[in-house]
Amino acid sequence: MCFLCPSFLGVFLFFILPFAVVVKYAFTNAAGENVQFQNFVNLLKNPIFKMAAGNTLRFSAIAVPLSVALAIVLALMLECRIPMKSYFRSFFLSPMMVPVASIVLIWQVLFSYNGTVNVLLTAMGKTAIDWLNSDKAPLVVVLLFLWKNLGYNMILFMAGLANIPRELLEVADVEGASGAYKFFAIKLRYLSPTVLFVTILSLINSFKIFREVYLLAGNYPYESLYTLQHFMNNMFNALDYQKLSAAALIMAVCMVALIALLFAVEDWFGKDVEG
Amino acid sequence: MKKKHYFGRGVMFLLCLVFAVAFLLPTVLTITNSFMSESEINSNYGMVFETTTGGYVSKHVNLKFIPDKVTLSQYITGLVKSPAYLIKFWNSVILVAPIVVFQVAIAAVAAYSFTRWRGKVRSLIFFFYVILMLMPYQVTLVPNYLVAEKLGTLNTRWAIILPGIFAPFSVFLLTKFMRRIPYALIESAKIDGAGEWQIFTRICLPQCRSALFSIAILVFIDYWNMVEQPIVLLSDAEKQPLSVYLSSINAGEIGLAFAMAVIYMVPSLLIFLKGEEYLVEGIAHQGSVKG
Repeated sequence: MCFLCPSFLGVFLFFILPFAVVVKYAFTNAAGENVQFQNFVNLLKNPIFKMAAGNTLRFSAIAVPLSVALAIVLALMLECRIPMKSYFRSFFLSPMMVPVASIVLIWQVLFSYNGTVNVLLTAMGKTAIDWLNSDKAPLVVVLLFLWKNLGYNMILFMAGLANIPRELLEVADVEGASGAYKFFAIKLRYLSPTVLFVTILSLINSFKIFREVYLLAGNYPYESLYTLQHFMNNMFNALDYQKLSAAALIMAVCMVALIALLFAVEDWFGKDVEG
Repeated sequence: MKKKHYFGRGVMFLLCLVFAVAFLLPTVLTITNSFMSESEINSNYGMVFETTTGGYVSKHVNLKFIPDKVTLSQYITGLVKSPAYLIKFWNSVILVAPIVVFQVAIAAVAAYSFTRWRGKVRSLIFFFYVILMLMPYQVTLVPNYLVAEKLGTLNTRWAIILPGIFAPFSVFLLTKFMRRIPYALIESAKIDGAGEWQIFTRICLPQCRSALFSIAILVFIDYWNMVEQPIVLLSDAEKQPLSVYLSSINAGEIGLAFAMAVIYMVPSLLIFLKGEEYLVEGIAHQGSVKG
């Protein structure tokens, strides 16, 4: 029975208990008086918070589905019996081992105003874009995110594809099913648990991309790159624990809702596949 | 018909090749550029990085793969002339090694518990773990800071190691894997009179060998590249890992940064070469989110 104890004690001490303190901060002012929901009201009126929340939401909403879809495409591509398959697999995974610092260096070489991409653009007769300081900046970060995470997501989908019963696909072949039908009616159905799993992992990773953005552009990047993590980080540096805690709590509530939804979707989908 | 098939596969192969080049580019760049001399680096990339004096070294950025002259000077500067890098490297090792070992060990035990017994309370706890796992680091920043302050571990390695050990990430992944172990296997061991601990060590762990390795790799890569935690919890620059130091190398030393990044990549590379099969195998059996 007590197999859970070491882990739970640690989690309780290092995450849950201090989180209770965060909740307390969220409902008090700097002097420690109970202010009920005032911190939240202030926060929701705060234009910087709204911008940051919007940017985070937009980034995750674009990057996560994109990384799931492209990873499926890559996995299907490698599933065709092409030569050097295992080499390709390793190549796609290789970004995982590159240290963050050198990723950032290379992204700067590529996308700074005087960088390689702009050199190519001007050579083709187009105007240069200040990638990291314009509305195009999220695009650069999405690219970085995909480059970093597609490989592992692809591996997960390859495993999922390998678990589909062969007989099912053979029967479909015999019956003359089209490739599209096989994909949507059989493969995607069997991949649905993997899709949810990869979605959750990608969501975690989409929050972790802050590290790269922070190293690329510092505490105060271009507006379109300013995420909730920047906001919380800067509140932490400013010792404004009230705002930080309220923001953290809002984020936590959103996560609970999202995960509950994902679990419900899985229950609904998983029934006839898992058996 | 046959011909069309070959054609399709050829297109796939070319597409994969294009992707592969794009994926490999930064890795290859890092490695080849580490063998360039500082002056060559500066003339190639001087345009991008402002020097400390405020100006730019050159006018044209020049993405280059093959150095004019292969030199080890960056490595010599980093490894021989100043011991700072080696110390930081060692800092990384003693921060990350205990986190990886103990996080996976404690997670294995916890995952076994989540696998064997399921009830309302346990489901709720598991749900909590998933939520905690999803929280961006900035949310746990204040909790971690408060605990470190209370325990008096602020500015020591323990401030990073302890929360790292109990991070719920690998519990989630391992639970998902263990729930795939056929129940009959556990049941039959029980009938043969095995205790829970025996079932765990003799049946469960050998079954999850590759999953344990693959999760260890993921945890290693995550912590080997940590930046935010040390900045907040380990303000003492002497104790900070190389990942933080690498990111703060300034414009005058890009070449050095490349060389040290290659050195920093070596452990990941070795683990990858050894462990890629595990990474692939270990997840081959993962299933639904809830398990």
